[in-house]
Amino acid sequence: MGKKMQIALTVNGEAHELLAEPRELLIYVLRERLNLTGPHAGCETSHCGACTVEMNGKSVKSCTVFAAQANGATITTIEGLGSPDSLSVLQQSFREHHGLQCGYCTPGMITRAHRLLQENPDPTEEEVRFGISGNLCRCTGYQNIVKAILAAAATINGAKEAAE
Amino acid sequence: MNDLTPTPQERTAKLKGLGTSRKRVEDARFTQGKGNYVDDIKMPGMLHGDFVRSPYAHARVKSINADAARALPGVIAVLTAADLAPLNLHWMPTLAGDRQMVLADGKVLFQGQEVAFVVATDRYVCADAIELVEVDYEELPVVTDPFKALEPGAPVLREDLAGQTSGAHGARRHHNHIFLWETGDEAATNQVIEAAEVVAEEMIYYHRVHPCPLETCGCVASMDKVNGKLTVFGTFQAPHVVRTVASLLSGIEEHNIRVVSPDIGGGFGNKVGVYPGYVCSIVASIVTGKPVKWIEDRMDNLMATAFARDYWMKGRISATKDGRITGLHCHVTADHGAFDACADPTRFPAGFFHICTGSYDIPVAYVGVDGVYTNKAPGGVAYRCSFRVTEAAYFIERMIEVLAIELGMDAAELRSKNFIRKDQFPYTSALGWEYDSGDYHTAWDKALAAVDYAGLRREQADRVAAFRRGETRKLLGIGLTHFTEIVGAGPVKNCDILGMGMFDSCEIRIHPTGSAIARLGTISQGQGHATTFAQILATEIGLPADSITIEEGDTDTAPYGLGTYGSRSTPVAGAATAMAGRKIRAKAQMIAAWLLEVHDGDLEWDIDRFVVKGAPERFKTMKDIAYAAYHNAIPGIEPGLEAVSYYDPPNMTYPFGAYVCVMEIDVDTGTHEVRQFYALDDCGTRINPMIIEGQVHGGLTEALAIAMGQEIAYDGIGNCKNSTLMDFFLPTAVETPHYTTDHTETPSPHHPIGAKGVGESPNVGGVPAFSNAVHDAFRAFGLRQAHMPHDHWRIWKIANQLGLHG
Repeated sequence: MGKKMQIALTVNGEAHELLAEPRELLIYVLRERLNLTGPHAGCETSHCGACTVEMNGKSVKSCTVFAAQANGATITTIEGLGSPDSLSVLQQSFREHHGLQCGYCTPGMITRAHRLLQENPDPTEEEVRFGISGNLCRCTGYQNIVKAILAAAATINGAKEAAE
Repeated sequence: MNDLTPTPQERTAKLKGLGTSRKRVEDARFTQGKGNYVDDIKMPGMLHGDFVRSPYAHARVKSINADAARALPGVIAVLTAADLAPLNLHWMPTLAGDRQMVLADGKVLFQGQEVAFVVATDRYVCADAIELVEVDYEELPVVTDPFKALEPGAPVLREDLAGQTSGAHGARRHHNHIFLWETGDEAATNQVIEAAEVVAEEMIYYHRVHPCPLETCGCVASMDKVNGKLTVFGTFQAPHVVRTVASLLSGIEEHNIRVVSPDIGGGFGNKVGVYPGYVCSIVASIVTGKPVKWIEDRMDNLMATAFARDYWMKGRISATKDGRITGLHCHVTADHGAFDACADPTRFPAGFFHICTGSYDIPVAYVGVDGVYTNKAPGGVAYRCSFRVTEAAYFIERMIEVLAIELGMDAAELRSKNFIRKDQFPYTSALGWEYDSGDYHTAWDKALAAVDYAGLRREQADRVAAFRRGETRKLLGIGLTHFTEIVGAGPVKNCDILGMGMFDSCEIRIHPTGSAIARLGTISQGQGHATTFAQILATEIGLPADSITIEEGDTDTAPYGLGTYGSRSTPVAGAATAMAGRKIRAKAQMIAAWLLEVHDGDLEWDIDRFVVKGAPERFKTMKDIAYAAYHNAIPGIEPGLEAVSYYDPPNMTYPFGAYVCVMEIDVDTGTHEVRQFYALDDCGTRINPMIIEGQVHGGLTEALAIAMGQEIAYDGIGNCKNSTLMDFFLPTAVETPHYTTDHTETPSPHHPIGAKGVGESPNVGGVPAFSNAVHDAFRAFGLRQAHMPHDHWRIWKIANQLGLHG
């Protein structure tokens, strides 16, 4: 057991300070201390992506990031992407296109898709498939996830065009 | 005067009932990260439990020293078999009539076996304490090959069974033998095969795999010593069965146990069984008086909780020269691992494997299955299939291909020639199943036309010629499958688990303002029950699906049910839902008659209302009736509007389908590309086409994983070689192809709404379709049989052994 460290994080726009062992994983800080249970632990080896969150503008697997590494970081989880009164386009699109079943991969998948569309606002199907290849889904076979992400991109781009 | 608008079409649309692609009600919480899975549960004072596991596959446990672990700050308890023995909980019964160690009792029998249970204030302290537990092992000889396990001098695995010459399923002929289960007429089958014009013989291996849901298994057990109530939240596909087992094991009366399955992050069979983690968490909570959480990590999940398959299937199939099948003989050597913990109905130790005559009219057949102990993890669950049905479908669909080679016949034509004809249903198979309905030729012809089968075969012939001329290094495989499943277990007369009949149930309460709640004995793990069961009810009782809450998984509120696996929810609980809805409607009719002052026989049901025959302007909607049920003193009718139905299915259902996989194979690298996958499913009446399509996509992807790379393999000393997601293949979006779905609709004649179940069809049919594509690509070069998984290295090896690398 190591000495606890003072850690400061901004999560979904809210500032937090807490004491954590250096070895404590970001996923458990989010889930067990901040009660953000959207991100899930599926493998603890970076393979499944259920724990995906955004850290300083990049998708990370929070099961293999130490809390200490996240000190000072700005983090967005699924809980920060939309609210019951205003779901994000991606959240709506996943429902519309049946892009989820058991829901366990969904928070990580949508969080990853959100960053993917920041990185590449108008992806091809192949780019979407490659872009989410760090996130495993056991239920959907990905076909409807890909469809949902492409549809969300089209909606977002359509709205942008309409605004211009 | 009642207003006759809206139109019948508008009223039907408003219900969002059967046949509509209703969007899922579950999605609101899941897309916002507000699901409630077991690891999301937090209780005041909650402790964490985790296991010390065996690094050895077979060893004597000479001593366990937990002093250092107990001394670590934050450690509350370390439990071993010695602690559980006074409670008689160091062993537990399995679903298959065997018993299984909860914690190592004198020896360990597989790598990853539970040896001690550490309870601590948090998961980090738990992990530290596990490292401090010293276990002294003495290694014993290991056997991981079921054939070697049955040799005379093989190591004795189950010393606890010494001298027992019979088990739960009859005679044991060797110390590592569990049972021989037989059905069919062996003498007659042998006679037919020996006299046959053509015989094909092959060993078909369906390798050991693992359901590997994205959420691992886990639970939170909480003993409230003040009230004497035990609550267990967990990843349970059958919560009521868990409650009953927990009561029998602990002696706590069943009414004092509440089992809750919260949201489940995929099950696929992995969450059917009762695991040592559940037992130890409950004991730890009783001992400490605090809630105890146990959550597997991925290695624990892949190494220790239920595997699937591991069937060595030796087949002989006979036919006339022109391709009429005359007989089928199958002997299976079934590797059950260290304990027989298969999840099958009690009287079926090999599940429904004897559906292995498939879609074909085979006059005589025999199946014998030998269950064997080895130093591997226990399990044998139905991984996205009804009990052993995927093994059966793979076996017959491979045997058909091998027979086609033997006959020099096209495999599609051979199938078509031997299908059970539409006019033969209901059809009793040689192994005793009564197939309820089917129209195989229509489905098959539609599938072959959709993919231009003749054109594909021409292209394949051209490709083989070009390959031989040295113009290409890629081969084309056409993988065919026509599968028949048997799902919806099942009739109480022959299906039970631990003596409990495999009925299922639904209880409905209609609220005064015309909305409702229905509770079922099943539990969704992603199938969308909250969406689809409301659709069944909407059509039955005429209230909009959006006004019906579906609740499952809490044994304190839900009626008793046997849970969700083996595609049984729609065939059994779905039927119970329709039947309970019909009871509601029957009472509603009496109430409507009183309201309209007519005889109830003068009323007829019309979408969402009872109408006076011949006077369509005189009616009462279900909403009106619901209100009346709570606001009137109606002579001879009790107030309220509720119903419960326990449904005992008269028969199984038999979904079927026709799949075609077109695969490009690179002979030099062994890599493959699925160019086209066409899946036609017939699941009878279609409740929600959107959800059906989603189930097919998902099941096909699990089939892709199994056929093309997934395996749980062991080395010679019993080390599990695939215990992380680094080594255990789960396809990403990149490896997963695009699927084309299609359907025919042959309703089940005995199911109240004609539905048959679909969640598992794509896995059952998908595995042989992918595997047959690989085999078919090499058929022209002499390949008969190559075992799965067909990963790049193994495909390369096929090519190499056929001399295709020059």
